[in-house]
Amino acid sequence: MALSKNAGGARRWVDDVLGVATLIGMVVALWLIFIYTPVELVQGAVQKVFYIHLASIWNAYLSFFIVFVASILYLRRPSAAKDRLARAWAEIGVVFTTITLISGAIWGKPIWGTYWSWDPRLTTTLLLWIIYVVYLMLRGFVGDPERGRRYAAIVGIIGFIDVPIVHMSVRWWRTLHPDPIVARAEGPDLPMSMWYTVLYCIVVFTVLALFLVRQRLHIDELRETLLDLRMTAR
Amino acid sequence: MKLTLQQVLAIVQKDLTVEMRARDLLVLMLTFAVLSLVIFYLALDLWGPVVQRVGPGLLWLTITFAAMLGMGRTFVREYERGTLAGLLLAPIDRGALFIGKLVANLLFLFTMEAVTLPMFALLFGLPVLRPSVLLITALGTLGLAILGTIFSAMAAHSRAREALLPLLLLPTTVPIIIGAVQATSNAISGAADGPPWLGLLIAFDVIFLTLAYLLFEYAIEG
Amino acid sequence: MGDSETSGMDPIVAVQGLTKRYGAQTALDQLDLCLDRNERLAVLGPNGAGKTTLIAVLATLVRPSAGTLRVMGYDSAAAPNEVRRHIGVVAHQTYLYEELSARENLQFFGRLHGVQDLEARVETLLKLVDIYPRRHEPIANLSRGMQQRVALARALVHDPDVLLLDEPDTGLDQAHLALLASLVQGRAIPARTVILTTHNLERALELCGRVAVLAQGRLVYQAASAALDRAALHDAYHRLAGAAP
Ligand SMILES: Nc1ncnc2c1ncn2[C@@H]1O[C@H](COP(=O)(O)OP(=O)(O)OP(=O)(O)O)[C@@H](O)[C@H]1O
Ligand SMILES: [Mg+2]
Repeated sequence: MALSKNAGGARRWVDDVLGVATLIGMVVALWLIFIYTPVELVQGAVQKVFYIHLASIWNAYLSFFIVFVASILYLRRPSAAKDRLARAWAEIGVVFTTITLISGAIWGKPIWGTYWSWDPRLTTTLLLWIIYVVYLMLRGFVGDPERGRRYAAIVGIIGFIDVPIVHMSVRWWRTLHPDPIVARAEGPDLPMSMWYTVLYCIVVFTVLALFLVRQRLHIDELRETLLDLRMTAR
Repeated sequence: MKLTLQQVLAIVQKDLTVEMRARDLLVLMLTFAVLSLVIFYLALDLWGPVVQRVGPGLLWLTITFAAMLGMGRTFVREYERGTLAGLLLAPIDRGALFIGKLVANLLFLFTMEAVTLPMFALLFGLPVLRPSVLLITALGTLGLAILGTIFSAMAAHSRAREALLPLLLLPTTVPIIIGAVQATSNAISGAADGPPWLGLLIAFDVIFLTLAYLLFEYAIEG
Repeated sequence: MGDSETSGMDPIVAVQGLTKRYGAQTALDQLDLCLDRNERLAVLGPNGAGKTTLIAVLATLVRPSAGTLRVMGYDSAAAPNEVRRHIGVVAHQTYLYEELSARENLQFFGRLHGVQDLEARVETLLKLVDIYPRRHEPIANLSRGMQQRVALARALVHDPDVLLLDEPDTGLDQAHLALLASLVQGRAIPARTVILTTHNLERALELCGRVAVLAQGRLVYQAASAALDRAALHDAYHRLAGAAP
């Protein structure tokens, strides 16, 4: 831990603030979700998973957008920092895509009667998840680390551009097989309290993502310091 | 500009000559494609209206997997024998190198399809030799070849080689496959309504072509 | 070989702070190097010293982790294709297509380089490297030494100003070692700037006006062949080779 102090006290301070903010924010989010907002009349308590679901998918798209931008910047001017940033966000993005898929399934079982349906949004989300899992695996497959970073950047770009195209094609495809059991979750007239809670959750989850990414980058840094120390110790 | 065209042609011609002498790639793709068709038919016990429904999907599965097999080999071949470095030593714009490789790959795939489509028509009894289906096949194959060319260049440089290509190609190429299957389906059944798949296929091809053209340099260089 | 872009004063090859890392392994470490027109440098060094990596970076095949490379005044990062126009490379691998004949290989690479009057050029080169009688056979049918000669011809097809040769003597018999010497020294063809690597000190001294020792990615010794202090060179070579982990 002595190393991290040398690495910058100000940064640790930011992390502490982010961590505390996330913790408090999450507790408040739980209160808002389970106590403040009313129970939805038709769907019942299971509807509450939607706050987490929406905030997660928001985080996933935000993450992959950042991966996309960092990848472009990396190819223009390679640097280890940009690659680390892209990878950290991709990991967080995959985590939140996973949460999205799981929370969707939890909601889907009682409402749709099935954990999984080939609904366009579900299908797109699953493909999104696969693309970025491959993105994360890619560096390990390529021998030369520099080349691995470059290839990851290529997939970070193609993958992101691909997502709307996948979504569009899946949607057009689904129009041929309309799914009768799909009940739309969000009616147009949600009570305002629900909207506030949704927005609030999105904000808190974004802070959580920021916090996690910073922790991830910190671990990377420690690992590199360790490698350097090993090298000099030889 | 004139030099670039000459370079692209040189690459295409070289790839064709090498393949004409080695023949391994086309033989591999063709055998695989025909085998797949037979296995699909037997495994799924296809007859009657089911063929009409799943036929186009099976056709495109066959084409996709055969294409993946073939395109993976083209770069691995250059990489293993060290000729890729020879190509990279030439003062050729990396985009032009991409176009050269893409055209060569396309010609291989079209040759494979020239046998696979009639075989499919024969075995499955679906009229896929219509001009409309041929056009769809060309557009779908172009999309596959675009992504296949850039991803197989990347796969050749990695430890997993042929295993990496499907991981990269299959998820990203979903739009092309959906588009091609649906368009083929409509063309066979004569359905006129539904989404404009042909236009969508063209749009996907253009988007992927632009991306791959711009990014190929980073996929191929050392 | 006449070039209008660069004055005679500029170095033909200028390398500064060149570094290549493979993960934790440093193959080239802050290397500086300068070659004038028609200067010839032989690089010696133990296995794993970084010789091949140096040639590959100079050939624009491997991107340096740091540092710059200029050939004929062109920066390899900003104008790689200009650099490629001016270099010819022979490496461990021959870069030849097995299924194509020597002639077809040369024609292919000539077309890639936009060589004028290609037919005549290819004929000349095939005769020069003494492969003419077997020019129509597929490369796969030729012996390793013959393939190496075709690789030499391939490197010369666009008449480059700079030759980069990684162990060019691989597989050559006595007669063709003499041919290699006459090519490198600019007797059989016009003289040009040459960087070559070898494990043979005598050959290095014979072929090149300057020798350098590379060890663990660093140039640890450099001298003109004429003024070579063998004791110092051996010392540099063995001390550093021995120190390798
Ligand atoms: N692609 C690579 N990936 C990882 N390490 C590499 C790679 N290429 C070279 N190296 C490492 O870089 C160092 C220099 O290798 P290089 O091939 O340049 O040596 P060399 O001087 O040409 O040796 P030799 O005399 O055996 O030809 C070695 O430690 C080698 O292991
Ligand atoms: Mg070597």
